[in-house]
Amino acid sequence: MSLANTTIKTFPMGGVHPEENKITASIPIKKLAIPEEVIIPISQHIGAPAKPVVEQREKVKVGQVIARSEGFVSANIHATISGTVTKIDKVIDATGYKRDAIIIKAGKDGEEWDEQIDLSEVLVKTISLQREEIIKKIADAGIVGLGGATFPSHVKLSVPKGKKADCLIINGVECEPFLTSDHRLMLEKGEEIVVGTRILMIALGVEQAIIGIENNKPDAIEKMSSLIHGENGISVQPLKVQYPQGGEKQLIKAVLNREVPSGGLPIDVGVVVHNVGTAFAVYEAVQKNKPLIERVVTVTGKDVKEPANFWVRIGTPISELVEAAGGIPENTGKVISGGPMMGKALNTLEVPVSKGTSGILLVPNEEAKRGHMKVCIRCTRCVTVCPMGLEPYLLMTLTQKELFDRLEKEKALDCIECGSCSFTCPSDRPLLDYIRLGKRTVTSIIKARKN
Amino acid sequence: MSTQFLTVSPSPHIHSGESVQRLMYGVIIAMVPAFAVSLYVFGIGALYVTTLAVISCAGFEYLLVRFVLKREPTIMDGSAIITGILLAFNVPSNLPWWAIVMGSFVAIGFGKIAFGGLGNNPFNPALVGRVFLLISFPVPMTSWPVPIDSRMQLMDATTGATPLGFIKEGLSAGVPIAELIEKVPSHMNLFLGVMGGSVGEISAIALIIGFVYMLWKKIVTWHTPMAMLGVMALFTGILWMINPEKNMDPAFHLLSGGALLGAFFMVTDYVTSPMTTRGMLIYGAGIGFLTVIIRVFGSYPEGVSFAILIMNGFVPLMNKYIKPKRFGEVKNG
Amino acid sequence: MSPTILFTVGTITILGFLAAAILYFIASKFKVYEDPKIDEVEASLPNTNCGGCGHPGCRAFAEACVKASDLSDLHCPVGGNDTMKKVASLLGMEVEERDPYVAVVRCSGSFEYRQKVNVYDGSPNCTIAHTLYGGDTGCQYGCLGFGECVDACDFQAMYMDEKTGLPVVIQDKCTACNACVKACPRNILELRPMGRKNRRIFVSCINQDKGGAAKKACEVACTGCSKCESECKYDAITIQNYLAYIDPEKCKLCRKCAPVCKSNSILEINFPPRKEESEKPEREKRERPERRAAETDTAVMEQEGEVNVIAMVQKANEESDNQGSSENKEIL
Repeated sequence: MSLANTTIKTFPMGGVHPEENKITASIPIKKLAIPEEVIIPISQHIGAPAKPVVEQREKVKVGQVIARSEGFVSANIHATISGTVTKIDKVIDATGYKRDAIIIKAGKDGEEWDEQIDLSEVLVKTISLQREEIIKKIADAGIVGLGGATFPSHVKLSVPKGKKADCLIINGVECEPFLTSDHRLMLEKGEEIVVGTRILMIALGVEQAIIGIENNKPDAIEKMSSLIHGENGISVQPLKVQYPQGGEKQLIKAVLNREVPSGGLPIDVGVVVHNVGTAFAVYEAVQKNKPLIERVVTVTGKDVKEPANFWVRIGTPISELVEAAGGIPENTGKVISGGPMMGKALNTLEVPVSKGTSGILLVPNEEAKRGHMKVCIRCTRCVTVCPMGLEPYLLMTLTQKELFDRLEKEKALDCIECGSCSFTCPSDRPLLDYIRLGKRTVTSIIKARKN
Repeated sequence: MSTQFLTVSPSPHIHSGESVQRLMYGVIIAMVPAFAVSLYVFGIGALYVTTLAVISCAGFEYLLVRFVLKREPTIMDGSAIITGILLAFNVPSNLPWWAIVMGSFVAIGFGKIAFGGLGNNPFNPALVGRVFLLISFPVPMTSWPVPIDSRMQLMDATTGATPLGFIKEGLSAGVPIAELIEKVPSHMNLFLGVMGGSVGEISAIALIIGFVYMLWKKIVTWHTPMAMLGVMALFTGILWMINPEKNMDPAFHLLSGGALLGAFFMVTDYVTSPMTTRGMLIYGAGIGFLTVIIRVFGSYPEGVSFAILIMNGFVPLMNKYIKPKRFGEVKNG
Repeated sequence: MSPTILFTVGTITILGFLAAAILYFIASKFKVYEDPKIDEVEASLPNTNCGGCGHPGCRAFAEACVKASDLSDLHCPVGGNDTMKKVASLLGMEVEERDPYVAVVRCSGSFEYRQKVNVYDGSPNCTIAHTLYGGDTGCQYGCLGFGECVDACDFQAMYMDEKTGLPVVIQDKCTACNACVKACPRNILELRPMGRKNRRIFVSCINQDKGGAAKKACEVACTGCSKCESECKYDAITIQNYLAYIDPEKCKLCRKCAPVCKSNSILEINFPPRKEESEKPEREKRERPERRAAETDTAVMEQEGEVNVIAMVQKANEESDNQGSSENKEIL
């Protein structure tokens, strides 16, 4: 194997190594049939929900804007199939709450595309646009961080005044067990990802880009390394498998050995991190005029009959995806949107796929329930595995005792909610549950103090 | 699917599979080699003391948790069994039964349940029991049966002193150290465990095997034991270099007495040791330092128990002020 | 006496005087003047330090009272009018009487009326469940049932009813301190005026879903059908987001709204039983008593008289309170 960079790096502090279970790593991405109806939530990103700009019974084409972003931190929403808007209604989405969504019923085959979109498979390598135009296109295309955080990408690309980016990191880590969507995307759309990376480099005005990939994906490392041959400034960095390496702060530490200051953003150390999926979406938006209307979703689980990776139109009900993977196994006790470490458990299969859905994990009954909580034996495992150098046991106790001033001093807000503490606790204590609660309260206290 | 409800819970949705029970039983397995050696050296006395201590500790734990704390007893988590074994490991193999039962009661009752049960006790329960016995009944607690010869006797075995005690007495009586050294077991015997002492503390090699097992199973980390033994070696080494006429060499100090048992099985006790790596190092170093102070300058020949209990008292303070290195701590402060 | 003893006694005495002098000097030099009235006012307060007045503790409230030019903005909900009158007379000011308030639970979605649709397996804490998702029933507004309000109550005025899974407020113990209202992540609890003869009417639901969806999730959900709105002569009822709200300021307790509510979302508290029961449609006559009995003990009172209620309250409060037998207890 010829690697561009042979030293294998990782972040130095904390971390766990859950069973990888990448069942679908060798299964090529299949295209999922166009669903009869899509449910497109107007809030699929961090920030203000988009505002619907279509009426009931209006005909829409694939790629047409159906909800416009409201404010800077927000993202456009596009029709993902052609057809008729049946209604705008409250539907349960991945947050577990009913929220506004636009429901489109497919007309004919649902494949009537907006004329602007280039549907050819030809790889367009030449980047003709300038920085501002690129950012505008990315914003128009409604691209958000596809790793799961769903932060609007154009916001990340607009470097605030006084800050300067000098390095772009493309996140191909995929440290969550089970998920393989990024892995497959790198194998199948590597060329596009490299072009997307170039575009992002221009948008940021940086000379250097590093693609970070964990070394449990040697084929992806090899493929990306061969593709970047002759590309100035882009390199591939193999990383030792360790969760949560996909977290921005951990990835930056691992790749560049820079530490994002407490309470700061990656840009504070001159870095911007984008997911490989985002890089691909950026390629499609800038070179092909294609907005973010589909993504790769891994459907997996130990008892799933045909686990696979799918190209899925956003808004497709998860039940259809599960059907395409051989149906829901009898003993399914839990359905998770995302990975098992940070994903959200769903309360119904009618939830639609959104921009941030990287995988659907079906957990059998016997693994669905948590262990019974026991007393803390102070074994220090949570402290050892915390990648942020926090003391989860203490944060939980402080939250339970409502000592929020101390909680703030103990840097509770630095917690990235990776779940390593709860994962490792031998007493099955729900550490992260309470830390989240504490963070929430501390945030509101700080907000109240500012006013 | 339609009849079955999905489970919803906050992330993470998987667990490492580690449990208190598994950790505790891992520790118990790690103590097997030491126990085997003591069976060989002390014979049925070791078996008798250990069994009685385990049964009474588990029994008291059950009764006290049920009727004093009014909770569902969790004997099966193994922590009371460990306390029992550790208590037995820390007493001579010819200790009368009433002393063992009393020690178990103090260990579980005052060392653990009085503070609210598992996870809340600031002091190592087994050591609380041991020190209680040592102070209350110094004679039976310091007359150890002679190794090997008295294997098949239970109570009235011929007794002798531990190497540490022997040296201490000799030195205070003004006997030159060279004479004393001839009479204590060789380093090899100390290493293998052919010497007088408490049930579990004698065999260095068995304890090391147990410790390596715990390291391999990731039950404990190396920090505390290594800090403790390192400081002990350093400190006794300095004393030895200054005056080899009066002081024993570091190897003797490490291999004799309860140093290794304490370092591997007692300072690594989860509940009573600090929560951060830095804290663990300081805690271990403190114990090593105090042990040598007590051994060399104090009136007791052995100081591991006291040193651990004293440092236990500092653990809450360490947890409060010694913090792990936070990610992204601003360097310019 | 030996000179040693004399010397010792002498030194100690001198030292004592010296220390006393230093203390006296410091005490007079650094004296902070505090209005003695503050202590007086504080003494007349309940000293529960519940924070219901909006001040951090009774002392702070007393300071605020002494500083204030009039007492119109200051009110101790725990002590009520009696305490405020005492405070006013201490300070030589006037105070207006205020209606006493009481907390009410605006959710009737008991186990019986609100079917579970999934299993919650997180920590038993309302806020954690609320942050995670809509809850284990179809209603994303209703009570989650982990009793954070009960935990927040400093006066043992609340308990969780195991049969319904809903919190219950004991009227006579509730001081309207607002702690439960703040504790509830879903804003289900509300402080409402105690009402004339302790009678009050309110919509016991905060579901803002459309009628069909609300009904599907919970049998007793307000569907926003606006029947009550048109029935009310005093404009006390408004419908917003498919949810009715009765303004306690405008409500005249005429009881016209409750019978028209198809889903029994409107609760009447402490009213005598209805006489015109026979005139009502067959369905309601059958359902109403069942629902009320299952959920609020008030209904039992309506049906079977007061004795029963007291017995039930006693049973519920066995541990926390033993003197309740003679009091007129009411459970919301």
